[in-house]
Amino acid sequence: MSRFFLLRNSLRVIVLLIVAGFVIGPLLAAFFGGFKSNAQLRTNPLGLPASWDVSHYAGILDDPSFWQYLGNSLLISSATVILTLIVGASAAYVFSHIRFFGARMLHSYLLLGLMFPFAAAILPLFIKVRDLGLLDTYWAVILPQTAFGLSLAILLFKAFFDQLPRELFEAAYVDGCSYLRFFWSFTLPLSTPILATVGVFVFVQSWNNFLLPLVVFNTESIYTWPLGMMQFRGEYLTQWNLILAFVSLTILPAIVFFLAAQKYIVAGLTGGSVKG
Amino acid sequence: MITSSYSPSSWRQRLRRGRASGRLSAVLLLLPPALILFSLFVILPLADAAYYSLFDWNGYATPSDFVGAENYQRLLGHSTFHTALWNTVQLVIVSLVVQLPLALGLALLIYRKTPANALFRLVFFLPYILAEVAAGLIWSFVFDGEYGVTAQLFNALDMESVYILADRQWAFAAIMTVIVWKYFGFHMMIYIAALQGVPKDLVEAARLEGAGPWQIARHVQVPMIKHAIVVSVFFALIGSLQIFDIIIPLTNGGPSNSTHTIVTYLYTFGLTRLKIGFGSAAAIFLFVIAMLIAFFYQRHAMAREDA
Repeated sequence: MSRFFLLRNSLRVIVLLIVAGFVIGPLLAAFFGGFKSNAQLRTNPLGLPASWDVSHYAGILDDPSFWQYLGNSLLISSATVILTLIVGASAAYVFSHIRFFGARMLHSYLLLGLMFPFAAAILPLFIKVRDLGLLDTYWAVILPQTAFGLSLAILLFKAFFDQLPRELFEAAYVDGCSYLRFFWSFTLPLSTPILATVGVFVFVQSWNNFLLPLVVFNTESIYTWPLGMMQFRGEYLTQWNLILAFVSLTILPAIVFFLAAQKYIVAGLTGGSVKG
Repeated sequence: MITSSYSPSSWRQRLRRGRASGRLSAVLLLLPPALILFSLFVILPLADAAYYSLFDWNGYATPSDFVGAENYQRLLGHSTFHTALWNTVQLVIVSLVVQLPLALGLALLIYRKTPANALFRLVFFLPYILAEVAAGLIWSFVFDGEYGVTAQLFNALDMESVYILADRQWAFAAIMTVIVWKYFGFHMMIYIAALQGVPKDLVEAARLEGAGPWQIARHVQVPMIKHAIVVSVFFALIGSLQIFDIIIPLTNGGPSNSTHTIVTYLYTFGLTRLKIGFGSAAAIFLFVIAMLIAFFYQRHAMAREDA
């Protein structure tokens, strides 16, 4: 019995280790590759570097355009998060607290975005952004991203607001508190967990977004980092060590961010699966 | 507030009036930003796409060359579009047959809260948080015919190295590998959360009655998390329709247009060549498929789940 258990358990560990190797292998190859010479990459793409030559990493960190890409991404993602939280929470608050004619219809209308594939709108979105004179501006990415994030934000916010104790609102209201004041001084401060969860998701989506910036940006100086990475790849076609160093440097902040925000990411995933 | 006219009834009246006007101003201040943004950048573009798809239009001036259904006819007759459709179907199949079972199996192995499991969970979820472009570039190195890991493998086996991503036969299989790598962790997390919600005594009871882990999984755990599976299948379907970011760094749709998906197709043939009308027809096609899936899924799979 116990030997059988041991066997089963070691089988389990072997399976897990194989999958872990499949997952981690390419990432490690990229990280180590950034330290290798191209000749060494060719003979030993997966193993440890012969010498830890930091010059490729250092070169990229010295490159002002690397920082510009990251700065642009940071600006666009932060603006998208702030805008989505404000606009989404405001609308969800109205739906949660105020009954008026047409509220239900408007609510369903705003949730339509949950089913629409973003990519299906990309061509007319390009035309729209161009007609509004926004091509090659940060707004060209911030506004559509916010609009497409609103459905999920409103869904999650409303579910959360609905659960806040009703008595609180009635007490505040008898004391003469207006809807707007209540939203600002009670609902928002009580909602930090859901604000964080939605914020983290919107941030990650914006941070990794490729299609929209690709379509509406032409000038390299406002490129976000996924675009910058493709640009860099184009410039250094076969210098894999440089490309891998660049990619590794962009992965690092993602990992740090994930570790810091893990709680909210898991909350978002499980929240979504409960609701569906 | 004590005034000479103070009386309970007028106090109430004032309050009601205040409440009504406060309500109106709250609605008028808080709701329009969401409605305007959503209408302008989500709903209107889709309506525009439907309109543009009836014209032969390069995106400049106003569309005037009305062609009716011709864009759709050309689309359905275009062999590259057939390839893109077939590739998308293949993505759906691999998702359902490889990715989700892998995610479920791993979830069953590591759903219990132990430090070792937490570490595995973290590792398996890692690819999901990476940008698609970063993932694509890393794997295009792995598959590189001269420098890559696979080249090394071919050498070790004393075989001529294949440029996998430049090979019509292998390129799309390679892409599907990357997609499984990138997204299985997402589904695994959903299953883990659901498995942790399955009552422990249920599993314990099954074990006491002599059920092995396989039987417990099959007859207790999987039926208990059916709802999570239904949701994750939906995500997988809609996600497969929209694959774009990963293809561009890996193959950019090549070699000879063999690795397009619907979205890379509409980007390449609609936008980079400024055939907005034609591309819009592909967009509407994508939109209709997504809506059909969402509709039938809600009617059948999700409805049955609620019953």
